[in-house]
Amino acid sequence: MLAYTIRRVAQSALVLLIVGLVAFSMFRFVGDPIENMLGQERTVEDIERLRDQLGLNQSFAVQYFKFLEGAVQGNFGVSYRQGRPVAEILMERAPATLELAAVSAVFAIILGIAFGVLTAIRRDGFVANFIMSASLIGVSLPTFLIGILLIYIFSVELGWLPSFGRGETVQIGNWSTGFLTTSGLQALILPSITLGLYQMTLIMRLVRSEMLEVLRQDYIRFARARGLKSRAINFRHALKNTMVPVITVIGLQLGAIIAFAIITETVFQWPGVGLLFINAIQFVDIPVMAAYLMLISVMFVAINLIVDMLYFLIDPRLRVDRAGGH
Amino acid sequence: MTDLSDQKIAPKVAQKSRLRVFLDSDIYYTFRRSPIAVISTIVVTILVLSAIFAPLIAPTNPFNPASLNLMNGFTPPMAPNAFTGESFILGTDDQGRDVFSTILYGMRISLFVGVAAVLFAMVLGITLGLISGYVGGWTETIIMRIADVQLTFPSILVAMLIFGIAKGVTPIEYRDQMAIWVLIIAIGLSDWVQFARVVRGATLVEKRKEYVEAARLIGRKPYAVMLRHILPNVLSPVLVIATISLALAIIAEATLSFLGVGAPPTQPSLGTLIRIGQGFLFSGEWWILLFPALTLLTLALSVNLLGDWLRDALNPRLR
Repeated sequence: MLAYTIRRVAQSALVLLIVGLVAFSMFRFVGDPIENMLGQERTVEDIERLRDQLGLNQSFAVQYFKFLEGAVQGNFGVSYRQGRPVAEILMERAPATLELAAVSAVFAIILGIAFGVLTAIRRDGFVANFIMSASLIGVSLPTFLIGILLIYIFSVELGWLPSFGRGETVQIGNWSTGFLTTSGLQALILPSITLGLYQMTLIMRLVRSEMLEVLRQDYIRFARARGLKSRAINFRHALKNTMVPVITVIGLQLGAIIAFAIITETVFQWPGVGLLFINAIQFVDIPVMAAYLMLISVMFVAINLIVDMLYFLIDPRLRVDRAGGH
Repeated sequence: MTDLSDQKIAPKVAQKSRLRVFLDSDIYYTFRRSPIAVISTIVVTILVLSAIFAPLIAPTNPFNPASLNLMNGFTPPMAPNAFTGESFILGTDDQGRDVFSTILYGMRISLFVGVAAVLFAMVLGITLGLISGYVGGWTETIIMRIADVQLTFPSILVAMLIFGIAKGVTPIEYRDQMAIWVLIIAIGLSDWVQFARVVRGATLVEKRKEYVEAARLIGRKPYAVMLRHILPNVLSPVLVIATISLALAIIAEATLSFLGVGAPPTQPSLGTLIRIGQGFLFSGEWWILLFPALTLLTLALSVNLLGDWLRDALNPRLR
């Protein structure tokens, strides 16, 4: 267990170092930041002063070291486009994305597991068949079309829900939350569904196939023979044993939700980090792109690591070697 | 005597043409029996042909400023324009461009980017997969490690990042012209991993078989063994992945263009058209958005269904 943990942590660190190198190379070699920050009317002194300010006159090694040092401390330089520290902008935008991702994840997990169990238990029922065919269409629809469709139905035609933005937010320290106002909660509904729908179908299909697998096993038949209620069989015995692969996928999908938030945030003009990243690409704002890359890599690597470690907690069979037994 | 009989048999074998062989094959049989496969093939064929022959089919060339009349802007489908009296099958957009024509030209770009990106990913993935499977050792470790790292991230994110970097590298005056090629490279690079993994796995199996050993023994060079002997035997899973990848690449291209980091408005793909159309959703000009979206959906769905069918048809376990 310990050796395994150390190996996994070392692997994760290696991945982060590679990503760091990519991010730094972007900084160093892509585009001319001076070109991006100063307009057409610029003097030689302006250029020199800015070069000095950004540290572009130093050697490659010094710049690389400074970059790593800064990145570890959460300092990613100054946005070419906004002229403000990237870390500050990211901190400002992060709550919007995290709240959206959290609501989408909860939506996807609850409905995904519920629908998965339902379609597995009542395999040939009308509702189950309907959900399965609907999910097939849902998987084929690109995310941004789902968003547009929802906007058309619920904002344009029915006028029930807002089509863009976060609504009113409340500032709590550094965190701006949309959970405390009605308009903030309303604004969350459509983007969360758009973002969570794909993950929901994924979780649903996985839970369904795992459940079908488990329900065929002997211990389920014995449980039936013992006269247990089918509710106890389905949830206490069957669902519990489908959870190992399901938790893995849910964990990995959490990262995907934050990455795919880029699309949803653009459709709904949601002021989060995803929208920031897309704007950064459009305007070749390298510091913002590099910072986003580093941030999302740390998140992905951490999630992968945690999911791998969770195996030991969930599945007692894997802990045998630690107990020093057989 | 033996020479004579050989000569007699040879022409008979040749008479069975390639078409006949195809029509007698198992694949064609299962194809004929699957209505979904037949329908999606027909749909894909129609869409591809109309994309290729867009200049002949389209009523107007939407990118020729001389043929545009701003007075024709926002004409609803199948209704005459209030000012000019002209009518358009699918209406016009804000600049008076015929939506039907822009869709045909847009599909051309979507399909071109999708096919080129998949071909690029395929060539790259097959090459790296063959090399890492056949050569092994450090080469294999490095290639597969890179693949693992890339697989940690969603491919659309990788494509966005590559697009952003490439955009930064190209000079501003060339950005719009280069956008299509950058898009192809970005989507292709984000998608090679699956090809490499499958080809490597299959190569490891084939490598140990006798025909490969025989080819090596008669002194064929490693690249010849890889390309002429192993490659033909690992191609059928590659074909399945390529078809499914095509649907994904078309959607990826549309997504990037929709987000504004893909095909530029001067060369709009279906995604760019949807992006433009979204702006008119609230003012009631639904046709500018709806028809490109439906086209994209039909295209992606039918290629997807075809890929699903192909996977089942080529999978011997399911027969």
